Amino acid sequence: MADVILSGVNKSFGVGQSSVAALVDMDLHIPDGSFVVLLGPTGAGKTTTLRLIAGLEKTDAGDIHIGGHSVIDTTPAQRNVAMVFQQYSLYPHLTVRDNLAFPLKSPMLKTAKADIKARVSEVAEVLQISDKLDNKATELSGGEMQRVSIGRALVRSPSIFLMDEPLSSLDAKLRSELRLELKRLQADLGATFLYVTHDQIEAMTMATHVGVLDEGRLVQFGTPREIYENPDSVYVASRLGLPRINTLPASLINARPENAETIGLRPEHIVLNQPSGETDLAGNVVRIEPLGDQTRLHLSVAGQALVTLVEPHSNLNAGDAVTVSLQNPLFFDRNGMRLR
Amino acid sequence: MLLGPSGCGKTTTLRMIAGLELPTSGEIHIGDKEVSNLPATKRDIAFVFQMFALYPHMNVRRNLSYPLISQGMRRRDVKAKVAEVAKILDIENILSSSVGGLSGGDRQRVALGRAIVRDPQAFLMDEPLGALDAEFREHMAEELRALHDRMNATTVYVTHDQLEAMQMGDKIVVMNNGVVEQFGTPQEVHDRPATLFVANFIGSPAMNLMPFAGSVNVGTSDVLLGQCRINIPKQLQEASGELVLGVRPEHVSLHTDGQYRGRILASEYLGTTQIVTLETEHGLTKARIGSNINVEVGEQAALEFDTDAITLFEQSSGTALNSERSSTGRAHG
Repeated sequence: MADVILSGVNKSFGVGQSSVAALVDMDLHIPDGSFVVLLGPTGAGKTTTLRLIAGLEKTDAGDIHIGGHSVIDTTPAQRNVAMVFQQYSLYPHLTVRDNLAFPLKSPMLKTAKADIKARVSEVAEVLQISDKLDNKATELSGGEMQRVSIGRALVRSPSIFLMDEPLSSLDAKLRSELRLELKRLQADLGATFLYVTHDQIEAMTMATHVGVLDEGRLVQFGTPREIYENPDSVYVASRLGLPRINTLPASLINARPENAETIGLRPEHIVLNQPSGETDLAGNVVRIEPLGDQTRLHLSVAGQALVTLVEPHSNLNAGDAVTVSLQNPLFFDRNGMRLR
Repeated sequence: MLLGPSGCGKTTTLRMIAGLELPTSGEIHIGDKEVSNLPATKRDIAFVFQMFALYPHMNVRRNLSYPLISQGMRRRDVKAKVAEVAKILDIENILSSSVGGLSGGDRQRVALGRAIVRDPQAFLMDEPLGALDAEFREHMAEELRALHDRMNATTVYVTHDQLEAMQMGDKIVVMNNGVVEQFGTPQEVHDRPATLFVANFIGSPAMNLMPFAGSVNVGTSDVLLGQCRINIPKQLQEASGELVLGVRPEHVSLHTDGQYRGRILASEYLGTTQIVTLETEHGLTKARIGSNINVEVGEQAALEFDTDAITLFEQSSGTALNSERSSTGRAHG
């Protein structure tokens, strides 16, 4: 296990005019034993970061250190990293046991037979697949296959685990089970994880640190709570939170900082029908949307759409007039940067 | 909304309505006409697939016109109809663009447009948003719902995404192993699950299910869960033996004092709320509470359930027991 440090990393794909910058001046420190989640939409540079650390791509500029050593001139095998992909990369004709043992049989490692056996049963135990060891990979359910894929990464005790949306092809129930399991596994092993996803629930629930990427740049790095409660920009604020943060023109209220262009409102910044003074806005209920886990209240305030949360059995109905008071809202300037 | 895990029969149901499969037995009616043995082309319905079924070598206008021309509609009428649909979908500005250069969302709009131009009696949609990324899916879901409200056409929509089903559906059909487990509004399916399967499938996280041995009679309003007396809605039906007490994480609160206790195993931060997992005598129980409440992993806490939100199930049949709460709006298959 080891710290992983990217400094000044740049990477472009394509040549000349059609060249596209995938990563721009990326500085990222993944502390030993942390669970870092990279979050961002398609094309933000998440997977490129992962592939650069794995050695599957070469940097254009900058350096990558794993455990104190620069690795940019080493091969993927020498880096001792383990990757887990969205698609299970198992050998279909082999049993679970042989799939798990495979990485250890590499001639480079020269692992003794008895050690392989011990390691495989240990990992199978951790992942609760001991009873499936003699099954063919094709006889497993989706969740079990993904467990075996993760197991193949675990057997080697790599310096870092690189995971590229490993849960995204599983159904919701399995995903929430494996989320807790992965988190427990990482904490028990004290392993270092770099995990790529565009699912904000995964980012919030598993990460010790979240790195938010925007068009190849790391725009904020912090704990999930820091990113959610204290975002540096509208872009970052929009990455986390369901419903998504509301943005209104700052000119709606007088009590605003200088240069404020936009107000950012999460449900916890909105107080209904308890007029408090200068931040009160008049609005009305457009519709109530029960989603089970949460009930969304769609409001129209000064011609703007606003979505917040409400108790499932509130007395509000479509058309009702409401007073919206703002409680410690976030303010952003014209470039979308946070004003504090 | 046909909702269920893969293999539950939702796509088969859709394909039989479309006429792409024939039922082994039983009848299918569209409007007041029996269609069980009619070929797909005679059923007057439109099918929207997950993959954008567009002609790549034609521009948007020709893609939209094609279904009408092949029906033998007059050129002038085709033109008017295409203009109308383009307006509804807000794609007037791309009518002359070739399909190849369009964004995912615009392609999906054009695919929808091809279904709409024919004014079918019903729309069948098989995970039409499945291929889009999360942010965009949310946006398209709202657009589809708004479109439905404007056109008011019957739509049967297959999905395995419960948020999508809750957000867009008037009614949800929860399916499992080829059987309808429950048919009801999103709120009914969530608040009053008819079976253990529905309780377990709907909700994120799913309903807490605590097995216990006991019996209830008509009028019973509490049960013994281990040593703890738990108040429940007044029961309208007798049952005894292996029962299950179900309560959603949203209806569990944590306190310092109380009889029913557990040890806090984990807290998952979700912004506005957090999900706390506790180890209790009756297995793992999850509570969804405000993230401003401080919880310490390893500590003990007392759990309290909203009495009105509790559902009892019979383990052997897997069905919910009737109570005063469930009798008001229970709808089953």
